[in-house]
Amino acid sequence: MKKLIIGLFISVLPALTLAAGAAVHLDSMEPDHSNKASLQRGAALFTNYCMGCHSMEYARYKRVSDDLGIPADLYEENLIFTGAKIGELMKNSMSKDMAADWFGAPPPDLTLESRLRGEDWIYSYLRGFYKDDSRPLGVNNVVFENVGMPHVMAGLQGLCAVKPKIGADPSVDPLSGDIRNGEVCPEWETEGSMSPQEFNSAMYDLTNFMSYMGDPVKLERERLGMFALIFVAIFFIFAYLLNREYWKDVH
Amino acid sequence: MNKLLNWVDERLPVVDAWNKHVGKYYAPKNFNVWYFFGSLAMLVLVNQLITGIWLTMSYNPTAEGAFASVEYIMRDVQWGWLLRYLHSTGASAFFVVVYCHMFRGLMYGSYKKPRELIWLFGMLIYLVLMAEAFMGYLLPWGQMSYWGAQVIVNLFGAIPVIGDDLSLWIRGDYLISGITLNRFFALHVVALPIVLLGLVVLHILALHEVGSNNPDGIDIKKNKDENGNPKDGIPFHPYYTVHDLLGVGVFFFVFFIVVFFFPEMGGLFLEKPNFEPANALKTPDHIAPVWYFTPFYAMLRAVTVDLFGLDAKFWGVVVMGGAIAILFVLPWLDRSPVRSMRYKGILSKIALTIFVISFIVLGYLGIVPATAGRTTVAQILTTFYFLYFILMPFYTRMEKTKPVPERVTG
Repeated sequence: MKKLIIGLFISVLPALTLAAGAAVHLDSMEPDHSNKASLQRGAALFTNYCMGCHSMEYARYKRVSDDLGIPADLYEENLIFTGAKIGELMKNSMSKDMAADWFGAPPPDLTLESRLRGEDWIYSYLRGFYKDDSRPLGVNNVVFENVGMPHVMAGLQGLCAVKPKIGADPSVDPLSGDIRNGEVCPEWETEGSMSPQEFNSAMYDLTNFMSYMGDPVKLERERLGMFALIFVAIFFIFAYLLNREYWKDVH
Repeated sequence: MNKLLNWVDERLPVVDAWNKHVGKYYAPKNFNVWYFFGSLAMLVLVNQLITGIWLTMSYNPTAEGAFASVEYIMRDVQWGWLLRYLHSTGASAFFVVVYCHMFRGLMYGSYKKPRELIWLFGMLIYLVLMAEAFMGYLLPWGQMSYWGAQVIVNLFGAIPVIGDDLSLWIRGDYLISGITLNRFFALHVVALPIVLLGLVVLHILALHEVGSNNPDGIDIKKNKDENGNPKDGIPFHPYYTVHDLLGVGVFFFVFFIVVFFFPEMGGLFLEKPNFEPANALKTPDHIAPVWYFTPFYAMLRAVTVDLFGLDAKFWGVVVMGGAIAILFVLPWLDRSPVRSMRYKGILSKIALTIFVISFIVLGYLGIVPATAGRTTVAQILTTFYFLYFILMPFYTRMEKTKPVPERVTG
C-alpha cells in the first residue's frame, strides 16, 4: 500500500512542475535599437548572408535606409542585389517551390522572426551550429535540432566539432579572475575568419537588426509614449481639481 | 442658439432625453471605485469602434492578403501601428473592465430585483463581446488566429448528430479558410457591432428606468426631498461626469503604458505564434486562446470522462456553455433579503471569494499546457465555480444578514 502511494505520488510529481517540455537554454541578448552602427552592420550581414534565401517581405528598403541613416544611393548600390527599387518590399528571388525541394521547407520570411522566437533565441541559434555528419548538410544546431539550414556563416565563425555550449553560464576563476567556459565552442573542426569574440559581436549586430525589423517603430513608440503619459498625468490633475470643486458641496 | 434648441425640441424631445438620462438622472452619491468600470466600458467601446473603422480602411480580408495587410498597417500606414495597438490592447482592456464591472454587480447585488433586465442585457453584451473578440482574433490570420478558430469551431462538432454539419456551416469550408475569414470579417465589423450597440442602449435604458444600485444596495428612491429628488442622489451631470473623468485619467495611464511600452503584454494580449502567417499544414505545439477566454477553456479541458455514450469533448462543451448560461439566471438564484455584500452573511462572502479565486486560477490553467495534476485542479475549481451558483439559493437564505441602514453610508 505504502509503495502504491509513493508510486502514485512520484508519477504525479512531474505534472506539478511548471514548465513541462524540454526548454532549451539560451544566451541572453539585449537589443538596442538606438545603436545605429550596430544596426547598420547587422543590415549588411543580413543582406550578404541571409537574404539569398530569406526575404523580409513585409518591410521596405526605404524604411531601413531612413531609420538606420544609410543614404539611399549607398543603400541601393550596396545592399539591394535584386535590382529592386528602394521603395519596394524586401523580397528575394528564390522560388518557394524550389526551395521546398532543396531544404524540405521553404526558408521562412524573417521580418517578424524576432517577435515570433525572441532575440535570445536568434542570438543563440546563429551561434549554435556544429558538425554533424548524420545530417544531409553536415551540420546541426543545438537550439533548433535537425535544422534544414546550412551553416551559412561557417566562413566567419568556423565549424564547431562538438555541440557548442549555448546557455551555459561562464564561471569566473576565484583566484585569477579569468573567465572559464566563456567560449561557446571548445573544439573547432575548421577555423573561421573571425575570432569567437568578433563573431559574437557580429551576431549581436545581426540579431539587433532582426529585432529592429520585427518592431521598427519601437523607439518612436516609446518616445511618444512618454508624451502620452505626461499628457494623461496633467489631464488627471485638472480632472482631480474639477472633481473636487464640484463635489465639495456633496455630503 | 436657444431658438434653434426650441425648434428642435418641438420636433424631437432632446431636452427631455438629456434630463432623463444625464442632467436630472439621480445617481446614488456613494459610488466607489468599482463604479468607474461602466463608463470605462463605454470608453473602450468607442475606442474599439473608432480604431476599428480606421483599421478596416487598410485591412485586406482575404487569406492571401490578411497577414501582409496587418504588417502593412504596422509599417506603411501613417499611425497604423498606433491604431492597431489601440485596437488589440483595447480588446483586452474591454474584458478587464467588463470583468470588473461584472464583479461589482456580484458584490453589490446589482442583478437583484428590480434590475434583472439590466443584468440580462449585460450578459447578452458579454456574450456578443466574446463572439466579437473571437471573430476579430481570426482577422490577423496568424498561426494562433487560425488554430484558435479551428479548435473553437470544432467544438460545435462535438454536438451529437448535427455537430459536423453545424461546424461545416459555420466555417463554410472543411477547414478554416479564406471563406471563414471573410464571413468572420463581415460579422466582426458590421453585424456584431450593431447588435452590441443596440444591447448597450437597452442596458442603459433599463438602468435609467429603475435607477442605479450602490455599494449599500439601498433603494435611494425611498427617501425623497421636497422636490421629489432622492436625498441620497445627485444629478449624473455634472457630478458623475466630472467624477468619471478621474477614472478615465487613471485608465488611460495604465492603458497607454501597455499600448506604448508593452503592446504584446508578454504574449498575453498578442500571442507570439501569431507573428507567423496561418499555415493549415503546421499545428502549433500548444494552442491557447487569449487570456479572457482561458477560464472557460480550462473548464472545457477539465472534462475528461465520456458519459451516456457521448464523448468527453461534448460534455466539455456543455460545461463551458453551462458556465456562461448559469450567469443568466443569477438574479433568480440569489434569495438574500439584502443586496450588498456589506450586509450579507459570512457564507456569501466566502462563496464569492472562492468563486473569484476559482475563476482567476482557471484563467491561468487555461493559458498553460494541460498536465494530469493541472487537470485535477481545474476539475475541482470548475466544481467550485458551479457550486457558487447552484448552492446560492441555499446559502443566501440560511445565513444571517446584517441590518441595512435607511440612508447610504460614506
